[in-house]
Amino acid sequence: MIEFVNVTKVYDNEVRALSNINISIDKGEFVFLVGPSGAGKSTLIKLLLKETEPSAGRLFFNNKDITKVRNRGVPTIRRKIGMVFQDFRLLPKKTVYENVAFAMRIIGAPNKEIRRQVPIILSMVGLSKKANSYPNQLSGGEQQRVSIARALVNNPSLIIADEPTGNLDPDTAWEIMKLLKEINNRGTTILMATHASEIVNSMKRRVIAVKNGQVIRDEQRGVYGDEF
Amino acid sequence: MDKLSEMNREVCTAMNFRNLSYMIKQGFVSMWKNRMMSFASVGSVTAALLILGVILLLILNINNIATVTQNQFDEVVVYLEEDVDQSDTERIGDAINEFDGILSVIYQSKEQALEIMKQNLGENGYLLEGLEEENPLPNSYVIQLKDLKYADDVVMRLEGLTGVEDIRYLKDVLDQLMTIANTVRLGGFIIIGFLILISIFIISNTIKLTVAARKREINIMKYVGATNGFIRGPFVVEGMLLGLIGAVISIAVVYFGYKYLFTVLNEELYVLFTVYLVPYYKIFQDITIIFVSIGVGIGVIGSVLSIRKFLKV
Ligand SMILES: Nc1ncnc2c1ncn2[C@@H]1O[C@H](COP(=O)(O)OP(=O)(O)OP(=O)(O)O)[C@@H](O)[C@H]1O
Ligand SMILES: [Mg+2]
Repeated sequence: MIEFVNVTKVYDNEVRALSNINISIDKGEFVFLVGPSGAGKSTLIKLLLKETEPSAGRLFFNNKDITKVRNRGVPTIRRKIGMVFQDFRLLPKKTVYENVAFAMRIIGAPNKEIRRQVPIILSMVGLSKKANSYPNQLSGGEQQRVSIARALVNNPSLIIADEPTGNLDPDTAWEIMKLLKEINNRGTTILMATHASEIVNSMKRRVIAVKNGQVIRDEQRGVYGDEF
Repeated sequence: MDKLSEMNREVCTAMNFRNLSYMIKQGFVSMWKNRMMSFASVGSVTAALLILGVILLLILNINNIATVTQNQFDEVVVYLEEDVDQSDTERIGDAINEFDGILSVIYQSKEQALEIMKQNLGENGYLLEGLEEENPLPNSYVIQLKDLKYADDVVMRLEGLTGVEDIRYLKDVLDQLMTIANTVRLGGFIIIGFLILISIFIISNTIKLTVAARKREINIMKYVGATNGFIRGPFVVEGMLLGLIGAVISIAVVYFGYKYLFTVLNEELYVLFTVYLVPYYKIFQDITIIFVSIGVGIGVIGSVLSIRKFLKV
């Protein structure tokens, strides 16, 4: 489903964020992306989202070469990817329901479809009762659930989470992980960049470790490791 | 999943219509929120268009005068001095006939000239009654040229004749008119170009306020896969509204201002002057088309510029 072939990324300021990356992720996998700060994890994610272009190498998504995709092609790719951020990125003046519905509205979904789909997703993340609350009335964990609901609502084939538990206490972080595991069990591929070693170690999923822009380890049922 | 996205594409057209009315409403809301800047935007568009209006009217009227007087360009009128007697008059006429490029030379006495003027005035001819006693018009020769190209030469030689008081020569007037028209056009377009740039700048800064207030929303929209066109929509609509309001104000001012001027000149000066003026009812459509396209154009460019930076995610 995702393939990086000899991908290198050098930013305009000549920072070599990634060198010669080769990664292949299959549909339905749950993959942790670990590594020290500045290793290139977020850069890898930005390449997938077409936020930035690779300097060399090829990039495949759903068996399509997306290396050269520009402009109009970018939204098409992003609609198949649900994004979850460390800082939630909710709209403070919209209710939980509206925040989730917003993701459907802006890709032109009909109202009928929105009214059907949003409650289903909200109940999936356990927030049916909070549908009419505003983000500032929610706990961090609840806010992250809303952002996961928003990422899920358009039925993406891939969820990318960049340090989704970074702002949460350990218990809440575990709740979020349980939710992501559940989503993964329903068939959605998950790629999660994280510094949470305990979570990585006890989940026993595939771990890709990057350091200085290179893949230093890629194991099924891996651990966080102590190289960094 | 693919079925959903297919369905999305189908409903896109149906959505657009509802989106538009929503966007226009949003446009007014954010215009009101930034009303000081909106006021400045509308003001700058209006100023640019008003000056454009004045220049357009000047050029239109100069062209009109040129057209109205077209058939008189190959005519040179020589006014004779008061004290030129019968034989000198004939001598002058003979001399003119010898010039190159002369088609005809017709003598027009002061009595004939007055009669022609009365006829030209039509029902207002009574104005000239009583002038027969003390006729202020001079005797003259009306010269038809074979071609306009002889005009300068003929005029030069006429100036060498004794007993000639004045020479009326419309090519001169035409040249002057064209020089004025060109100057007005050039100067005007430079000023207008400058004002349009200022308007674009002010509008783009106005809309930047709205864009900045919705930075977060735009960011999320980008990640969820909204197209740039969809994200730009509301801002472009806001810019268009600002430009459109400026256009409507200036159309009204230019149209009614010119109508007033036209009517006043018509009443004060009778028909003497206004045959040379473009009637006000003829300009409405053109002014509307030009002003609305420029106003809306300024708005669209201004808004697209203001949001460019925020689309790079
Ligand atoms: N837009 C950019 N322009 C220039 N350099 C950048 C840019 N984004 C990231 N970098 C650099 O690229 C390198 C990799 O950054 P990246 O954000 O991918 O690291 P990361 O692994 O996500 O780190 P963290 O765990 O702290 O989030 C860093 O040296 C960073 O300074
Ligand atoms: Mg990062």
